[in-house]
This record gives sequence, structure tokens and C-alpha cells, in this order.
Amino acid sequence: MSTLTRLVGGAALITLATTVVLGLGLPPTQEQGDYVRLIAIHPPLAWASYLSFGVTALASAAYLLPRTRARRWDHIAGASAEVGVVFTALTLITGSIWGRPTWGVWWVWDARLTLTALMLFLFLGYLALRRVGGDPDTNAKRSAIAALLAVTVVPIDHFAVQWWRTLHQRQSLTLTPKENLDGNYIAVMLLGFVAITLTYAWLTMHRFRVERAMDEAGDRSLDAAIAERRAEAGAATTTTAVGR
Amino acid sequence: MWRDAALMAGKDLRIEARSRVATNQIAPFGVLVLVLFAFALDPDRGVLQRAAPGLFWVAVLFASLLAVQRSFAVESADSARDGLRLSGLDPAGIFLGKAGAVALQLLALELLLGVFVVLLYDADVHRAVIVMATAAAATVGLAAAGVVYGMLAAGLRVRETLLPLLLLPVVAPVLLAATRATEAALDITPVSDAWPWVRLLSVFAVIYTTFGVLAFETLLEEA
Repeated sequence: MSTLTRLVGGAALITLATTVVLGLGLPPTQEQGDYVRLIAIHPPLAWASYLSFGVTALASAAYLLPRTRARRWDHIAGASAEVGVVFTALTLITGSIWGRPTWGVWWVWDARLTLTALMLFLFLGYLALRRVGGDPDTNAKRSAIAALLAVTVVPIDHFAVQWWRTLHQRQSLTLTPKENLDGNYIAVMLLGFVAITLTYAWLTMHRFRVERAMDEAGDRSLDAAIAERRAEAGAATTTTAVGR
Repeated sequence: MWRDAALMAGKDLRIEARSRVATNQIAPFGVLVLVLFAFALDPDRGVLQRAAPGLFWVAVLFASLLAVQRSFAVESADSARDGLRLSGLDPAGIFLGKAGAVALQLLALELLLGVFVVLLYDADVHRAVIVMATAAAATVGLAAAGVVYGMLAAGLRVRETLLPLLLLPVVAPVLLAATRATEAALDITPVSDAWPWVRLLSVFAVIYTTFGVLAFETLLEEA
């Protein structure tokens, strides 16, 4: 496990560094100027956030099915959602940085942007629910239900915001006008996809381990407390026996 | 299931009728939100009239949070939830009953707030049928989603602060769709725009009601 994590981490570092170097080396374009370089990380970040919430949903479903129920699915769901929230926030931030010079505003109420913001809040709620404490099994089950609910909301939100923006005026804001870009941009973006996906995997592996360790620590401290109490009770009986 | 639902709804509504929390606290709160919107948006410039549908539904959304919290607060005292679990009632019936009671309260509240929107915001209702269809579909959706998430958060120490965070992003489509449909009913936008939104509201209501009926047993066990 740890060798694999190290390998993934190393690969993530190398690809990420290459993306940064090659991405910053891309020539500015006529329409988008220097900001076109964000293409190397913005679409990959958006993809990773979808991927992470997909993994959370699958892991939650696996936890809820009695045949595959195991605490590790809950750990995976939580770890992936945490990384996903970070990536969603980064998607919105990099998008805003790109939008300001290109559209003239930091934020527009475009369908995709609105949906991404709603998704961020949905999963922030999910993470808050995970943190409420209490019995780990109850908590895991409740969180799994909430994750599945949140994922089913995404398509509804998708249709709602799409219609909301397009019923009256059609506004087509495409972040990547691919026809204008030559192969270099696409190549760096694809490298970015690999780099960000590896980074996602690496971060999730680490978060997964932390989740598991926290769970184990909880169990162990309970066991230790019980053992201590028993020892105390045992000592008390011995003293009474000696006293008698 | 339906008999259990009627029993449950009757119980919740009877509690509300006797405790008067809905009439003395939730309804005045909704009206207060409408008044505050008027303070925030200069009432003289016609902004209120144009924004009336959206403000109305935001007020309903806030009030629905209170209604859902109230619906589960009555179960938390004296371990009433354990009693509910042991009562042998069909979980789907419990869900439908609770959602039905919340929906009826919300409908009454919407009627009241509607009157105030007409009076305070100078809104003209041109198409009552659309308003009624929108209110019916939106209310069922709000109540069903609210009860599902209310149950999810019930029994947690942080439920008052957690429920808005969980529920509001989920009911965002209801706000969007109901606002757009109501705008059409008030002749702010073309009337042909209304029905797709009412359809979306109906789909939302069906999805959450189905989910609640299927999942309430698990939710009831876990809370």
C-alpha cells in the first residue's frame, strides 16, 4: 500500500511539474491572451471533481448494500468527497480567474457555473454530516444515504439551471473553444488530466488512511478504556479480598 | 400505508393546532421575511414588483425549514421517536403522513404570504391556475425533500445548523422553477414559459416522494 502510494505520489509530482512547465510555456493566443494557459489545469480540475463525487457515490452504494458492507467503503467515500470539495473549489477559483479578463466579470450565472456551485454546497453539507460524530456505523450509513441523495440531486440541478439560463436567452459560454486551439494546447491539457487524476488518487489514498487510522484510534481508545476499567475493578476486588 | 399516513398527519396537525407554533411563530416569520425584503430593496423603484415571485419563494423556503424542524422537534421530546419506531406503523406511512402535514401547513402559509405579496409588493396575479399548479407541485416537493432530510438530521446535536446546509442546495431547483413559473403567472414573462417549470417541479416532487417512501425505514432505524 505504501509503495503504491509513493509511486502514485511520485508520478503525480512529475506529471504535475511537467504540466506546469509546459503549460506556462504555451504561447498566448489572440483572444484569450496569457489566460489561455489555464486550460492546462481548469478542465482537469473539473473532471477530477466529478470523478471524486462519482467515487463517493459508488463507495456509498457499496456500503449500503448488505453484501459488500465494510467500513472501508465509508472511508473511501469520505476521503474522496473531501478531495472532491477541494477540487471543486479550485475549479471555481481558476474559472473565475479566467472569466474576469475573458468575460469581464468574475462570475456569470451560467448553467454550468451555477451547477458547480450548487454541487460544492451539496458536498460541503455531506462533509458536515460526516463530522457530527456518534456511533460510527450509524454515522456511516447516514452519510452513505446523504451521499446517494446528493448525487441524485446533481442531474435535477443540472436540468433546472440549464433551463433557468436558456429558456429566455441562449447564452453559450464555452470555456474551451477547441477549434481555435492547436494541438499543443490540447496535448498539455491531456497531460494536465493525467497529472490531476494522479494527484486526486494520491490525496485520496492519504485521506483514506487518515480516516481509517482515526476509526481505529476510536476503537482502540474504547478498548483501552474498557481494559483499564476492568483492571481497576479487578484490583478493587483483590484489595477487598486481602482486606478480608 | 395510507391509513397510517392519515393517522400520522392527523397527529402532527393536531399538535400544531393545539400548540399554535405554526400560526404564532412560523407564519409571522414568513411575513417578516417579506417585510425585510422590502427594506432591503428600495420599495419605490418597482424592484419589488419584478422580484416578487423570487422573494415569495425564498420566504416560503425559509419558513419550510422551520416547519420541517418543528415536525421533528415534536418527535424528540419524551423519546417520542422511539415510540414511533415501536408503534408498528408502516415507515412509508409515517413519511407520507409527516410530509402531508408539512405540505398542508406550507400551503396555508403560501396562501397567507400570497396575500401579503399582493398587498405589500403590488403584484398582480393574472393566471390563478398556474399559481395553483406551481404551488401544489412545489409544496409537495419541498415537504417530501424536507422530511427526508429532516429525518436524516433528526437526533443529531447539530441538527438546527446542519439542516439548512443540507436542505437548501437540494431544494434550489424548486426555488428556480417555482420562481420562473410564478413570473409567468404574474405576466412578467410569457405564459408559455410556465408549464415546463411546473413539469420540473412535478418531477422533483415525484422523485423525493418515491425516495422517501422507499428509504424512510432505513432512515427511521438510523436516526
